[in-house]
Amino acid sequence: MAERSGPILVQGPVEVRLADGRHVVSRRPMVALCACRRSRTYPFCDTSHRRHSAGAQTE
Amino acid sequence: MGVRTLTPVRLPEPRGPLTEALVSQLTSAPGTELKVPPATGDWLDEDLQLALYICYDLHYRGFADVPPAWEWDPGLLAARADMEEVFLSGIEAELGAVPSVEEQVEELLIEPLNGTGVSYHLLDRGERWQAREYLVHRSLYHLKEADPQAWVIPRIHGTAQAALVAVEFDEYGAGRADAVHSRLFAEMMADFDLDPAYGHYLDAVTAHSLAVVNLMSLFGLHRARRGALVGQFARVEITSSPSSRRLAEALAALGAGADGTRFYREHIEADALHEQLIRHDVIAALLDDEPDLEPDIAFGLAASALVDERLGTHLLSCWERSRSSLREPLADAPHSRQTGRPT
Repeated sequence: MAERSGPILVQGPVEVRLADGRHVVSRRPMVALCACRRSRTYPFCDTSHRRHSAGAQTE
Repeated sequence: MGVRTLTPVRLPEPRGPLTEALVSQLTSAPGTELKVPPATGDWLDEDLQLALYICYDLHYRGFADVPPAWEWDPGLLAARADMEEVFLSGIEAELGAVPSVEEQVEELLIEPLNGTGVSYHLLDRGERWQAREYLVHRSLYHLKEADPQAWVIPRIHGTAQAALVAVEFDEYGAGRADAVHSRLFAEMMADFDLDPAYGHYLDAVTAHSLAVVNLMSLFGLHRARRGALVGQFARVEITSSPSSRRLAEALAALGAGADGTRFYREHIEADALHEQLIRHDVIAALLDDEPDLEPDIAFGLAASALVDERLGTHLLSCWERSRSSLREPLADAPHSRQTGRPT
């Protein structure tokens, strides 16, 4: 499943080999893989694909 | 371990007529006719919220010296219903008409460039005693993280149920006891020199943080409120990932060790996934199955935002004045009263 600009959801666990040769493992039963390349926890989604706006947030 | 389950929680100190009635009578034999005064006043009243918390916690872990059979005592349930009416009607009156599920979710998905909430404060200019107070307030929920939402599992079905259980499974550590979120929270508390025993800070927290967990318990314990529970859960999962990033960075800057940031680091990634599952599978499937629940889901989203906002406002307004936000300040808070209570 993938939505415009969102992550790609795959069944876990997954092992991802990154371009620099590192292997990253996620043991979650479902894993959200970053598709926008902006994640700071790449290759996993951290919601960095979200739009931004000026305004207040209370959390 | 992590969240110590074998230490029975003491009944809290009363804060008014409702809690005085409960605390004085719940240690007697169940079946004794319970006399509880009518609930009145503001939904965020200290006495009301603590009384509701006591009623609800009989369904979770109970209290030392309170016979478990009180859980289903008709007199207690009637008193609780009276309190719930004040709580919910107060929130409904304050919210007025709420936007649709779609509108609220769309708005939650937009990240503000200049946020002003608690996580922003802690990241920009937080102090260690404030971070500790934040963990104390949040401990009422996070030490039973995912428990209030578990009540809804048998009340939704098909895709919605399967996806919600997938999220809950992750919250409960996906089969690994050392990864249960409530345990990660307890380890973070210990890293910040706080007592991670379940219920330890019940007397210290204010109605604001009690209302956050009471809202979930109320929605979770009433099948009629299943839509609102899903709305509440959805809002937490949608907003959690970015705020968890800020909190992890804030706590690291305030001296956290590895245990002191693992909880929020875990939630950056976990809740990015959970947001997808809740939006696409739980909410969408539930609306397919039961379209009439749309206003309830919308109410749950809005009510959850309101109680969190009131907690946030309370924390920030206390901290701006260099005052403790707790009823029993921790030892390192400014102008802390010496209560003789261990921190």
